[in-house]
Amino acid sequence: MEAGPSTGEGLSAEVRLRRPGFELDVTCAVRPGEVLAVLGPNGAGKSTLLGTLTGSVLPEHGRVALDGRVWLDTRRGVDLPTHRRRVGLLAQRPTLFPHLSVLENVAFGPRAGGDRARRARAIAREWLDRLDVAELAGRAPARLSGGQAQRVALARALAADPEVLLLDEPLSALDVDTAPAMRGLLHRVLGAQRTPCVLVTHDVLDAVVLADRVLVLDGGGVVERGETGRVLARPRTSFTARIAGLNLVRGTAVAEGVEVDGVTVRGGTAEPVEPGEPAAAVFAPSAVAVHRAAPEGSPRNVVEVRLLGLEPRGDTVRLRAETEAGDEAVPLTAEVTPAAVAELALKPGDRVFFAVKATEVAVHPLSVG
Amino acid sequence: MSSVLRPRRRKGAERPVGTPLPLWLPAGGALALILLPVLGLFARVDPARLPALLTSPAALSALRLSLRTAVLATGVSVLLGGPLAVVLARSRIPGKRLLRGAVLLPLVLPPVVGGLALLYLLGRTGPVGAVLEQWFGLTVPYTTTAVVLAQTFVAMPFLVVSLEGALRAAGTEHERMAATLGAGPWLTFRRVTLPMVLPALVSGLVLTFARALGEFGATITFAGSLRGTTRTLPLAVYTEAQADVDAAVAMSLLLVAIALLVIVVARPRAVG
Amino acid sequence: MTRARARGFPLAVLLTAALVASGCGAGTRTEGTTLTVLAAASLTESFREMGERFERAHPDVEVRFNFQGSALLAERIRQGAGGDVFASADRAMMNRVVRAGAVAERPRTFATNRLTVVVPPSNPAGVRALSDLAAEDVSVVVCAPRVPCGAATERVETVSGVRLNPVSEENDVKDVLHKVEVGEADAGLVYVTDAEAAGDKVRTVDFPASERVTNEYPLATLEAAEHPDTAEAFVEFVRGDRGRRILREYGFGTP
Repeated sequence: MEAGPSTGEGLSAEVRLRRPGFELDVTCAVRPGEVLAVLGPNGAGKSTLLGTLTGSVLPEHGRVALDGRVWLDTRRGVDLPTHRRRVGLLAQRPTLFPHLSVLENVAFGPRAGGDRARRARAIAREWLDRLDVAELAGRAPARLSGGQAQRVALARALAADPEVLLLDEPLSALDVDTAPAMRGLLHRVLGAQRTPCVLVTHDVLDAVVLADRVLVLDGGGVVERGETGRVLARPRTSFTARIAGLNLVRGTAVAEGVEVDGVTVRGGTAEPVEPGEPAAAVFAPSAVAVHRAAPEGSPRNVVEVRLLGLEPRGDTVRLRAETEAGDEAVPLTAEVTPAAVAELALKPGDRVFFAVKATEVAVHPLSVG
Repeated sequence: MSSVLRPRRRKGAERPVGTPLPLWLPAGGALALILLPVLGLFARVDPARLPALLTSPAALSALRLSLRTAVLATGVSVLLGGPLAVVLARSRIPGKRLLRGAVLLPLVLPPVVGGLALLYLLGRTGPVGAVLEQWFGLTVPYTTTAVVLAQTFVAMPFLVVSLEGALRAAGTEHERMAATLGAGPWLTFRRVTLPMVLPALVSGLVLTFARALGEFGATITFAGSLRGTTRTLPLAVYTEAQADVDAAVAMSLLLVAIALLVIVVARPRAVG
Repeated sequence: MTRARARGFPLAVLLTAALVASGCGAGTRTEGTTLTVLAAASLTESFREMGERFERAHPDVEVRFNFQGSALLAERIRQGAGGDVFASADRAMMNRVVRAGAVAERPRTFATNRLTVVVPPSNPAGVRALSDLAAEDVSVVVCAPRVPCGAATERVETVSGVRLNPVSEENDVKDVLHKVEVGEADAGLVYVTDAEAAGDKVRTVDFPASERVTNEYPLATLEAAEHPDTAEAFVEFVRGDRGRRILREYGFGTP
């Protein structure tokens, strides 16, 4: 469990703000190199929190400090303008400068920081190269695809050498085919970053792949916070459970999937992941089939579990269960029809087999905090 | 001025949306109303006399004065009206809507009223004019400066309106982004805001210049009419019309030619 | 659908209102006769009174005036703009109309006018004679040579030998008067009738040469007159005793 704002290393923020029909009261701290995901529904106050960090929103009460240097302190009347805060922002839309080439866009930050044109371009080329978009350097932003533009925007944010990285729904405007590639790129880049990073998202998958810790906002307040895997695997509030939703099995990446305590969960990789890296196998409860006896044949993952509870949900029943083998019990859920529950005569305490096809399992890399 | 932001149609792009038939007739009428009188001017002039009329000392002097004053008025409009557009589009000041309306005043006021207003302010008996005359020995009316002031008064709103519209349409997203990249307000203005509204600025300049060139009412009321000093082309047209209609028409054609040159040559570039 | 109709509504109302308004304008005086008189700007005050007196004598007639510079009026008549009577501020402009064949009968002189110097009541430049106007630091406003009062001004220069150095040449004598009235000029040359009409808003500085340069005001019924008889009656009224009395009241000379 993290502490409130501290004066130590990294980013600390404390925001209280009241608007008609809206209230926000958040404290958070992010250590250097750490990624904090801020999860929550629309209107939860995520953007306002981010605005306070960049300086575009002035709260009634607030304090933002980085490595002990104060950016904002409403009590002492300190409020650094955005351009003196050195925040790197990657927003939902790339917002590239339409009149500048890709190279000049990325060189904008270094130039604003005082570098000469030649040096700024060298830095820009380096970042474009690191993000695998060096060949776009001469293009106009209007002639980039959505995914390309977002990569360039990331390069631009990083080239400015920010002290804090802010990602505001960086994948939500991308289509389903380009989002995983961008998520994989962010995973790679954030792993190498030594700055604190705040990721605002409504997609739990972003948090799984990118964040070390999560903070769940609802109705302007923090409803849950902690290490990503723990919060998502054992949600303590119904809201978190609802957004978590998915089955998440954490382990180590292997060629066929994810290995947990010597057992391999087979699946397809969503983002590039190296064998030996921390990874998670993710699948939907509705993809789980329930059997009394271990099923045979076809490439599927089968595990014996103990049923903890049965929760009717509309026209389906959600089965909460836990694995028995291994050092640590892994919570899993399955969603089946009431007919199946009746046919198998399921009740809490029963030992059954959960089966899920390898094609229904997505393997994601995990953030290494 | 959203047309400025409209992307150019490329070959192979989708065909335009169908135009309803009932619109074609009034559209043609509108064009006729604009073009036929101008064509009528050409019909009125005697081609044999045209070269002599166009190169008459009165015409040349008026042309020179018109070009000089319109360029100056456009320059003053940019230096004063440009910043005003930015302030109106970007800053949070009380009564901004009222100010925005006030900027439009010269567009709706008859120019003669503008000329009278300038005269009563900057004339020898006006509150500002009296000070200028007593302390600095400066008289504004009857000078070329007065012509530039009158033209600026009438034409500057075109620049302010088109620039402010472009600034508001462009939004502040890019500027906020520039700030996160470490650019201060001035750098952001120079490297982001200005280049992004450049097309609108250029088309605003063209409109301002064209309006200044055609200015008549405010000029004749405030600056008077004297060859070489205050008698611009439109004033010369009016004066000549009292005696030699052919000369007046010839000068009108000169105005039409300059206006066409400015609009046809400069505007598409600004838009493209 | 409802929204489109709601938007279209005000425009329709506007159009209807405009049509009704223009219709009304055209239809008010269908029974009586409307006489259109095109008169030089310097006749504004005297002819307004002339019109009222004439209407009193002819209850079925409405006299409408168009006061403008004689040159502009002459050009309009030449372009066939219509009108019943033309009263010009000098013979040159009337002659243009005559040459165009737009006049029904020989123009007749009904008034004379001459120029005078006017200065603001405070007379800031201390003008006492026409010759004072030649000084560099006196700002003088005159009529442009192209218009009758300007032509008269040029003749005054010739006759008196005083070279004027105007700061502005206006197209209309009323503009000259206005600039002097508001103190934006030290002096101006206007018709004595205009100086008279301005009352104490200006001071008059008379000069001898003025007597030798008089403008003759001709008037004529136009060829295009819709009511030639009424037009002729108006011309006779102006030239008659009552007309002459009115003109003299406003400072004109009468033949």
